[in-house]
Amino acid sequence: MGSITVKQLGKAYKQYPSRWSRLAEWLSPTGKTHHTLKWVLQDIDFEVKAGEAVGIVGINGAGKSTLLKMITGTTQPTTGSVQVTGRVAALLELGMGFHPDFTGRQNAVMAGQLLGYSVEEIARLMPEIEAFAEIGEYIDQPVRVYSSGMQMRLAFSVATAHRPDILIVDEALSVGDAYFQHKSFNRIRAFGKEGTTLLIVSHDKGSIQGICDRAILLDAGVIGMQGAPDAVMDYYNALLAERENSTVRQHVTDDGKLKITSGTGEATIDDIALLDDKGERLEVVNVGQAVELRVGVRALEDLPELVLGYVIKDRLGQPVYGTNTHHLNDKLFELKSGATLTYRFKFPANLGVGTYSISVALHTADNHISKNYEWRDLALVFSIVNIDKGNFVGVAWIPPVMECER
Amino acid sequence: MQMIQALWSYRGFVLGSVRREFESKYRNSLLGALWTIINPLTMIVVYTVIFAKLMQAKLPGVDSTFAYSIYLCVGVLTWGLFTETVGRSQNVFLENANLLKKISFPRLCLPVIVVANAGLNFLIIFSLFTIFLIVSGNFPGLVFVALIPVLMIQTLFAVGLGITVGVLNVFFRDVGQLFGVILQFWFWLTPVVYPVTILPESVRAAIRYNPMNALISAYQGIVVRGLWPDWMSLWPVTVLSILLCLLGMRLFRKHAGEMVDEL
Repeated sequence: MGSITVKQLGKAYKQYPSRWSRLAEWLSPTGKTHHTLKWVLQDIDFEVKAGEAVGIVGINGAGKSTLLKMITGTTQPTTGSVQVTGRVAALLELGMGFHPDFTGRQNAVMAGQLLGYSVEEIARLMPEIEAFAEIGEYIDQPVRVYSSGMQMRLAFSVATAHRPDILIVDEALSVGDAYFQHKSFNRIRAFGKEGTTLLIVSHDKGSIQGICDRAILLDAGVIGMQGAPDAVMDYYNALLAERENSTVRQHVTDDGKLKITSGTGEATIDDIALLDDKGERLEVVNVGQAVELRVGVRALEDLPELVLGYVIKDRLGQPVYGTNTHHLNDKLFELKSGATLTYRFKFPANLGVGTYSISVALHTADNHISKNYEWRDLALVFSIVNIDKGNFVGVAWIPPVMECER
Repeated sequence: MQMIQALWSYRGFVLGSVRREFESKYRNSLLGALWTIINPLTMIVVYTVIFAKLMQAKLPGVDSTFAYSIYLCVGVLTWGLFTETVGRSQNVFLENANLLKKISFPRLCLPVIVVANAGLNFLIIFSLFTIFLIVSGNFPGLVFVALIPVLMIQTLFAVGLGITVGVLNVFFRDVGQLFGVILQFWFWLTPVVYPVTILPESVRAAIRYNPMNALISAYQGIVVRGLWPDWMSLWPVTVLSILLCLLGMRLFRKHAGEMVDEL
């Protein structure tokens, strides 16, 4: 129970040259077709095993929603098949079908019936729904007086009243306040632990990496990549930065991690190193040690503007600290082709024990979205070890000065 | 068979929807459900006062003051049920586009809800009418039960037609507009307001091909004259209804998937 098998799935919408041509096609005795097919998804093949958590990422229009609609069954596939075992709950459109003039309780019953619950079942689940939604007295008020956050709380509580075999979550969860977002994500995580298969669409790196075992990247209607969440998210970020002539290259590093380089290539990173105070290259760094990140950059064409950015990530790919020369107020303008630059960033390695990676990017303005010369993930990997500090946990070294009065 | 099973498991949703639609109409009114009674009551009273008292209209061959207003009410009420069912089913997929696109549930629930709602409204109105018949001493007696099979045939006809037109209307919005026009003509080409006897012989022969004619005449015969319906005359419309239902189901099954893309 709870597996999803998608085979050779494709979806195309029919496009008719004019309003009359559909009629012509319907009435044609020879079965002559008048439409052209516009493919939005093609050759989608993947399998989600029971209990797995899979994230789906992709830019707007990549076909994520269409894919989810076909898995939930609202839209019919044009080619291929979707096989789903077990009960599916989809958090695609929260609060669908709520009638503003009816009370929250009545709407909850209605929404439950639309999900296929019986009235007795809903009555049994009602206290639990009320408790989770935390909307208090409002449950017996008409939904039109609800705030949008309250509607969404109630809708989420109804949709997840029962642990489903498969839970499909769209970005719906970006609504609601931080407290409820945490609460709902905890519930989703708990379902995952109890064996529910999770399929999550999100743009949020954190939620994909935090929950999912695997990620699938949809790009222009086909699967662009699937694999470990952090590698897929890096590739996704690189894709976001991809513009006209730029390319995205991936290669596997010695330790088996995917390394992704992308960009338009007007400037390149010649060398990157982490050095100690004597100028020696480091791979292992002590907690709190003073280090220097040295980046050599070469302009391959005349550049109107250049910004260098870097971000230190932990082993899950979560950013720990990142900045760029735009924010450091040292943006360069009007660089001639062939110019070489050496940047030095000095900082104490106030990090917790573990391995970290550094990604660097050359771009304009304050982010890599508008113009991206080169983006390099996993440009450098180093480990932090604790040689002389007391034992502590976490990714940051924040030593306190302690006092205790008694 | 599978469809029926799916419908059965969603009976809670169907019943809930019917109740909700009924309630929502009068939700924010002071008199509430009383309005369901006031509206048809006004109609009955107006017809009776105008035609029976003011115009002294008589129905040929029936000797009763109320005969013509009863004749009119029977026709108008049953015709109303027909147009409500067909009219609502032709728009049911368009009206529920959001639901169809976002939530997976048996699509056939929607026409069933339409039929149930129209049936409920009709039941209320017709019960009032029945009370009027009893009070005014015009109740036809046992023959009244013959209304049930005739109403069932009419519902079958309306559902078949409604689903067919409803599916077509998703793809060709002209169908809905056109059908509105057709219904107008259809009403006047059916002897609802006038007795069929006032028509010239040649037109009467043509009107026999109007499937609603057989049904409406059966109602009028039962209620006004206390006659059992001529079952043979109902055969063609029954066969036509079944054919329309099959056509509607076929269209629906063939295009249900494409329909969601088109909404």
